[in-house]
Amino acid sequence: MGIKQLDEKTLGWVKAIIFLLALIPFIRLVIGGITDGLGANPIEKITRSTGYWTLTLIMVTLAITPLRKLTGWHWLTRTRRMLGLFAFFYVCLHFLTYLVLDQFFDWGSIIKDIIKRPYITVGFPSFLLLIPLAVTSNNAMIKKLGGKRWRWLHRLVYAVAVGGVVHYWWLVKKDLTNPVIFAAVLAILLGFRLVYWWRGKQVASSR
Amino acid sequence: MRHKNNTRILPSEITPREHYYDRRRFMQLAAGASIASLLPGPLWAADKLEASPNKAYQLAEEKTPYKDVTGYNNFYEFGTGKGDPAQYAHTLKTRPWTVTVEGEVHKPKTFAIEELLKLAAMEERVYRLRCVEAWSMVIPWIGYPLSELVKQVEPTGNAKFVEFITLDDPMQMPGQRSTVLEWPYNEGLRMDEAMHPLTLLTFGLYGEMLPNQNGAPIRIVVPWKYGFKSAKSIVKIRFTEHQPVSAWMKAGPSEYGFYSNVNPEVDHARWSQAKERRIGDFFKRPTLPFNGYADQVAGLYSGMDLQKYF
Repeated sequence: MGIKQLDEKTLGWVKAIIFLLALIPFIRLVIGGITDGLGANPIEKITRSTGYWTLTLIMVTLAITPLRKLTGWHWLTRTRRMLGLFAFFYVCLHFLTYLVLDQFFDWGSIIKDIIKRPYITVGFPSFLLLIPLAVTSNNAMIKKLGGKRWRWLHRLVYAVAVGGVVHYWWLVKKDLTNPVIFAAVLAILLGFRLVYWWRGKQVASSR
Repeated sequence: MRHKNNTRILPSEITPREHYYDRRRFMQLAAGASIASLLPGPLWAADKLEASPNKAYQLAEEKTPYKDVTGYNNFYEFGTGKGDPAQYAHTLKTRPWTVTVEGEVHKPKTFAIEELLKLAAMEERVYRLRCVEAWSMVIPWIGYPLSELVKQVEPTGNAKFVEFITLDDPMQMPGQRSTVLEWPYNEGLRMDEAMHPLTLLTFGLYGEMLPNQNGAPIRIVVPWKYGFKSAKSIVKIRFTEHQPVSAWMKAGPSEYGFYSNVNPEVDHARWSQAKERRIGDFFKRPTLPFNGYADQVAGLYSGMDLQKYF
C-alpha cells in the first residue's frame, strides 16, 4: 500500500483531519467573537480572515492536480471537493459579512460599490461564479452533466482565483506583501497547467 | 506642569479609569498591579501628564476605550498591521528628544522635549479621529495649540506652509526597513491650518504621556483631516514657502491629496468615504463633513473646489 494508495479507511481519516483543519479559522473567529478576542475592529477582522481563507483554500484546491501529478498520489483528488466547498463556505461568510455587518442590506450602496469600486467589481462576480461550482460539487450533478461538461464548468475556478487575487490586490492600502504572495502561488499553479498542456500538445503532434 | 491659576483637576478624576478600561483590562491591571507592587517601580503604568480639560473641546460622544486607542494603530514605522505598533514600538526611545524648528522663521531653534512640555498650559481635548480607512475613534488628547509654538519662532512673510517630519531611524523603528513608504514620514499644513485653534500639538492621551505607538513623545492632531495628516514622533518642524509633498502623496498621488480633509462627498480612489465604523460600534455611521468640525474650519476653504483639492 504505502502513501501512494490509501485504503478507504485511511482516506476517511485523512478527510476527517482535513475537515477539522479547514474548520480551524472558523472556530477561531467564533471563539474570538465570544471572548471579545477579535481586536478593536472585529468586523474588519472577520472580513479579512474569511477572505484570506477563501483565497488560501482556492489555492489549495488548485494545488491538488499538480501535486497528484508530481507525486502519483491519486487519492489527493478525492479530498478536493471538500476543500472547494470549504472555500465556498468561507466566501459565503465573507460576502455575508459585507452584506449584513458592513452595508446592512443597503442595496443602493452595494450596487454603487459593485459599479464604482474596482475591487468589488471584480470580487462580486468571482463570488457569483463560485455558486455553480458549489452547486455541482456532488456525484449526482457530475452524472447529470457528464464528466466532460462538468470539467469544463469547473474550469471557472481559474477565473475565480484570478479574480480573487486581483480583488485582494486592489483593496489593500499600500502593503502588497500578501497579495503578491497569492499572485506568485497562483502563477506557479496555473503555470504548471500551461506547461503540462503544452507538453501534451507536443507529444500529440509528434505522434 | 504649573498653571497655578487653574483649579487643579487630575485627569483621573475627570475620566474614572474603570470607564475607559473595560472590565477585563481592569482586572488584568489589578492583577498586574499586585505583582508590580513587588517590583521596583511600576512596569506597566505610563507617566502621568496633568492637564485641565478645555470645556470648549469636549464631546458628548462616548470615548473609545484606552485599549483600542493604544492597541489599534496605523504607524507604519512599526509595521503595517494594526497591532504592530503596540507590539513593536517599545524600541522607540523618547528621551532624550529634540524637535528642530527651521526654515522660514526668524528664530529657528532646537527644542528639548522638556522645554516643549512647559511651553504652554496643557489642555485635555476630546476629538474625533477619522482614519482614511473609514474607521473612527474619540480620543481625549493632551496638548496645546500648535500656534503657541509657531508664535515663539516667528515665521517670516515667506512662510506659507508647515512641514512635520517624523524620526527616521530603522534601529528604533523596525518598520522603516520596509519600503512601504518613503522615509522619513512627513506631513504638512497650510499656515492658516497650522494656526487654527483646533490644531493641537499633542503630548498625551487619557491622562498619560503618549504611548510610543500613538506617536510619542510629540505629535500633531488635526481633527478635521484624515488621521494620516497627524504626523507622529516629530523631530523637525519646517516652515516653507512651497507646499510640501507628503509621504502619502508620494505613495499614491491619485489617492492622497495635500488637504485630505474628512469629506463624505469625496471618495478615496478605491473606496467610499460616506460612512465610517466607530471603533466599538457594530454598524457604520455617516461621516460628517470636516469630521464634524465644519462650523470651525469650513471657512478656511471657502471658494476652493474640494473635489479638486482633496
